[in-house]
Amino acid sequence: MNLFNIPTVELLQHLINGLTLGAIYSLIALGYTMVYGILKFINFAHGEILMFGTYAGFFLYYFLYDPSKGGLYILAVFAIAMIFAMLVSATMGIIIERIAYKPLRNAPRLAPLLSAIGVSIILMNAAALMFGTKSIKFEYPFDNQTLHIGGISITPNQIMILIVGLIMMVALKLFIDNTRLGKAMRATSENQPVAALMGINVNMIISLTFAIGSALAAVAGVLIAMEFKVYPTMGQLAGLKAFIAAVVGGIGNITGAMLGGLILGILETFGVVILGIPVGLKDTIAFTVLIIILLFRPSGILIKHIREKV
Amino acid sequence: MLDFILLIFIYTGIYAISALGLNLIVGYTGMLSLCQAAFIGIGAYCTAILMTAFGISFWYAIFASGLLAGLFGILIGIPTLRLRGDYLAIATLGFGEIVKNIILNWDSVTKGPMGINGIPGPNFFGFILTSMDKIPWVIFIWILVVITYVLIRRVVRSRVGRALESIREDEIAASSMGINTAKYKVGAFTGGAFFAGIAGALFAAFNQSVAPLTFDFMMSIMILCMVVLGGLGNNFATVVGTILIVLTSELPRLIGISHIIPPQLNQVLFGFILVFMMIYRPQGIIGRVKLNYGKIIKDEILELEK
Repeated sequence: MNLFNIPTVELLQHLINGLTLGAIYSLIALGYTMVYGILKFINFAHGEILMFGTYAGFFLYYFLYDPSKGGLYILAVFAIAMIFAMLVSATMGIIIERIAYKPLRNAPRLAPLLSAIGVSIILMNAAALMFGTKSIKFEYPFDNQTLHIGGISITPNQIMILIVGLIMMVALKLFIDNTRLGKAMRATSENQPVAALMGINVNMIISLTFAIGSALAAVAGVLIAMEFKVYPTMGQLAGLKAFIAAVVGGIGNITGAMLGGLILGILETFGVVILGIPVGLKDTIAFTVLIIILLFRPSGILIKHIREKV
Repeated sequence: MLDFILLIFIYTGIYAISALGLNLIVGYTGMLSLCQAAFIGIGAYCTAILMTAFGISFWYAIFASGLLAGLFGILIGIPTLRLRGDYLAIATLGFGEIVKNIILNWDSVTKGPMGINGIPGPNFFGFILTSMDKIPWVIFIWILVVITYVLIRRVVRSRVGRALESIREDEIAASSMGINTAKYKVGAFTGGAFFAGIAGALFAAFNQSVAPLTFDFMMSIMILCMVVLGGLGNNFATVVGTILIVLTSELPRLIGISHIIPPQLNQVLFGFILVFMMIYRPQGIIGRVKLNYGKIIKDEILELEK
């Protein structure tokens, strides 16, 4: 097999790198897509919620970090830090929705969007004021020695990202498809007034949506923090690209967000190594994908085009 | 001190031109654009390159800048404007990043992160304006602000302006009244980009240098804040908003406490302005005179019943 004149092993290697990146995008994209599905607006502050969660996890991790107690202890501390990050992000998501978005639920469409941008800027700069603009390193909880399996090199961190990402996505899918709360969420996103008439507490469901989306973003944040460090603007670009992933999959569609994230991750990796796009312009790949998707398939690759109702 | 106040006047004027352009896009047509800084950057670089590398006169360069920015407005507008507003916000955000990245990486033309220096001042009948001549600059820029103001006012008070406002209020209703919404949206977007390009040209010619990182996302947000603070869809309010925002962001330097106040505090303030204005006073501090159709119809009926 000689696709693109690149050996299969190397292709497989890039595929794994792309999938790892894509799993991160998927986790963040889920938050955008879930909120969009219910409130029909883009939560611009999503990336900043991710950043705050990551900082929270980081501080707890270093508060409990003690290398003398052995590898298992550090792994446990890491797990606790990740859960803490999820809790902090989820709480922030709920509070932000209550303060900045809820009063604007019936306002013209521009209002919540501008409010969300405002929240995003406040959080980003508040973090810079509180924690400083320097990027801080998040130590690996394990020995991150590259493993070589049949010519493919993969780091334990990549394996962890793939496994955690997969678990989170499957769990979310099961939750939404099979539980009563999941059913209530689907009903709310389809028609809010009717869902309320059926006895669903719409406000509670909206809070829950924000909480779940934000918690997933925190997971993604902690997972990338070890590779890319922690800094106040870490959520900005990641959030933007995840949003593009959500659009690629069809915004409002949960399976679409997962798929869109993976596709975007693979396209970015392949764009650099196969098409030879310079690394400095790597970030433009995602935006080019966005424009192409908007031109030819604005409702995403999964859903059919639905006309807007009056 | 006087120099500094004049400097504030100059920057207010430059920002006012681009804020008026943005008001046409966000305030009148209801499309959220987050790349006004990118259009300013395109204009600034266009002027810088034309004047330094080709020795073209400022008067041609400023027009070329406006037209080039407008052209980019069409390019970004056509794929996104047929869609819902939220996509436009993201696409423009992405476009802003792309422009910044390209300016940073296209070394042979833009000189990369170093920027371009030594841009000559505009030539007024043989008299060359440098950035030292602050008073002529203030007059020149504010004349352009007035021209922009009058031009945009003429547009929004015409049939075109009513079409734009109807798109903002309800796009589906507007298109069912026979308004070609895509055409008007691309038009408004291009117009807004054109004025940003003009502002960019002034920016480059006044500073006599351009650097890529000036034209970042925060600059777009600052201009958005000017429009939102004054009042969406009100040109006079936009100018007032511009004055207020430039004053607040320069106030620490004006009273000499800039070393105590970190720059992030300013941006936190911009964020709060956006959130609070949206929740408590979405029409801005000055607001907008809205036609009350219910009252007009009631009066008509009363008139008929008499």
